[in-house]
Amino acid sequence: MSESASRAVETVARNSYGRLVAYLAARSGDLAGAQDALSDAFSSALQRWPADGVPQKPEAWLLHAARNRLIDSARHNEVRKRVEPLLQIAAEATEVAAMHLTFPDERLKLLFVCAHPAIDVMVRTPLMLQTVLGLDAARIASAFLVSPSAMEQRLVRAKKKIHAAGIPFRVPERPEWDERAAYVLDAIYAAYTAGWKSVNEEGSTQHALAREAIAIGSSLVQLIPDEPEARGLLALMLHCEARSGARFGLHGDFVPLDRQETNRWSRSIIDEAEEHLRAAAALRRIGRYQLEAAIQSIHAHRAVSGVIDWGEIVLLYEGLVRLAPTAGAQVGRAVALAESGDPLAGLRALEAISPNRTANYQPWWAARAHILLRLGRNAEASDAFRHAAALTDDPALRAYLLERAAL
Amino acid sequence: MKYILLVHHPKEVFDAPKEPADIAAGRAYGAALHAAGIFVAGAGLESPQNATTVSVQDGKRQVQDGPYAETREFLAGFVIIDVPNLDVALEWASRNPASAKTSIEVRPLVGFHVATGSGNR
Repeated sequence: MSESASRAVETVARNSYGRLVAYLAARSGDLAGAQDALSDAFSSALQRWPADGVPQKPEAWLLHAARNRLIDSARHNEVRKRVEPLLQIAAEATEVAAMHLTFPDERLKLLFVCAHPAIDVMVRTPLMLQTVLGLDAARIASAFLVSPSAMEQRLVRAKKKIHAAGIPFRVPERPEWDERAAYVLDAIYAAYTAGWKSVNEEGSTQHALAREAIAIGSSLVQLIPDEPEARGLLALMLHCEARSGARFGLHGDFVPLDRQETNRWSRSIIDEAEEHLRAAAALRRIGRYQLEAAIQSIHAHRAVSGVIDWGEIVLLYEGLVRLAPTAGAQVGRAVALAESGDPLAGLRALEAISPNRTANYQPWWAARAHILLRLGRNAEASDAFRHAAALTDDPALRAYLLERAAL
Repeated sequence: MKYILLVHHPKEVFDAPKEPADIAAGRAYGAALHAAGIFVAGAGLESPQNATTVSVQDGKRQVQDGPYAETREFLAGFVIIDVPNLDVALEWASRNPASAKTSIEVRPLVGFHVATGSGNR
């Protein structure tokens, strides 16, 4: 009995945490307060449910408990103005319980708050992970290579700012939409790459972060099905995810994309990615994430055709460099040029990138090494591989690059 | 919520004569704030050269010529507006003609007290 009650609490926490936080915070404007009230509500559920039984609508019960707590603390602070919106929550929560409705999903507003341009760009992703998914600061900290206390501080500061500066819980409209939606997508993608980078680490707990990012990405697609870039991002993450089992060899050694055994890729995840990419293309508004997903789609096609259409990849990178001239896109374009049969053009493209963007950028050095090798300039290639190895923090990749340097 | 929009200018801008077009743009902006019903207060500031800094140390008044700190940029003016949230405040900050030339700092006010009635002495 008590075990099933605590399991029920756990299930609600896992499935509804973000929705509950978003609902409360969107009405009170106070994200930290909403999270505190909710964690109080969860702990009283752990006390009460084993004795009283699991309520028919656990979410409504938790909302009710949380808003009581919010009203108490607002009254305690004698901020009458803040009590009013909370009383409205009370009315709505009662309605939800009475009418068998589910409460409104405000997670989109919460995502836009977390990725608001007035929030430090470094804290947007952690904030999203903590408030939408309920991940604890220590786990987020380890993925972002900072101490748990430093991460906790950043999160507290950001939430304080949301409240004090009056950052609104709203979904922006056009023309603001495109820019603001891009911030949300970037923050989700940053969560994915933070998790993906460390796939080979012990226990692979970090990789769970990549799956969480995909979960937010899928929710976003459900919330805004007509935004092609949201689908593009999800397709991109799924394509990368499909290969997670093939990125390392038997002994944890790094395997580059074009050498991966395609039978270790997940066919079903690739299909899902392709489906989102097609749906995005049908909306006829191209964007950065759709182009990146399309490039991954061509790589994925090797599983069927056995070859990589580098010419097509060059074209996609041309578009990408025009839309989002990041160092990554420029390096990708250079490699694609070299692979499509013109290594000299590839090298020229690499050298055209501003040196202050590339001096400490590992992919640039690895790409340079790779292209120099194609041109038969082996000694220079070795130097570049060695330099690239010195710039990575991934042990498997470092070992791979050093091995190439020694050839 | 009330927000203050703080306009900072490099010293050179204070010293340069004001363009008639800039003055006209500033007036139009002020009129738009009034028309939107969000204007609370606002003013331009004299050059930091005409600033005097006061502090009281050990009960003794210290008066110094010049601004509080020698920086590259100085407070040149401010507007206080009353709008629902930060997004609306940022929208009005970006409409301020000065935002094309310099940065505008947007900060929420903590409490706000002003004597009603005219500002005339």
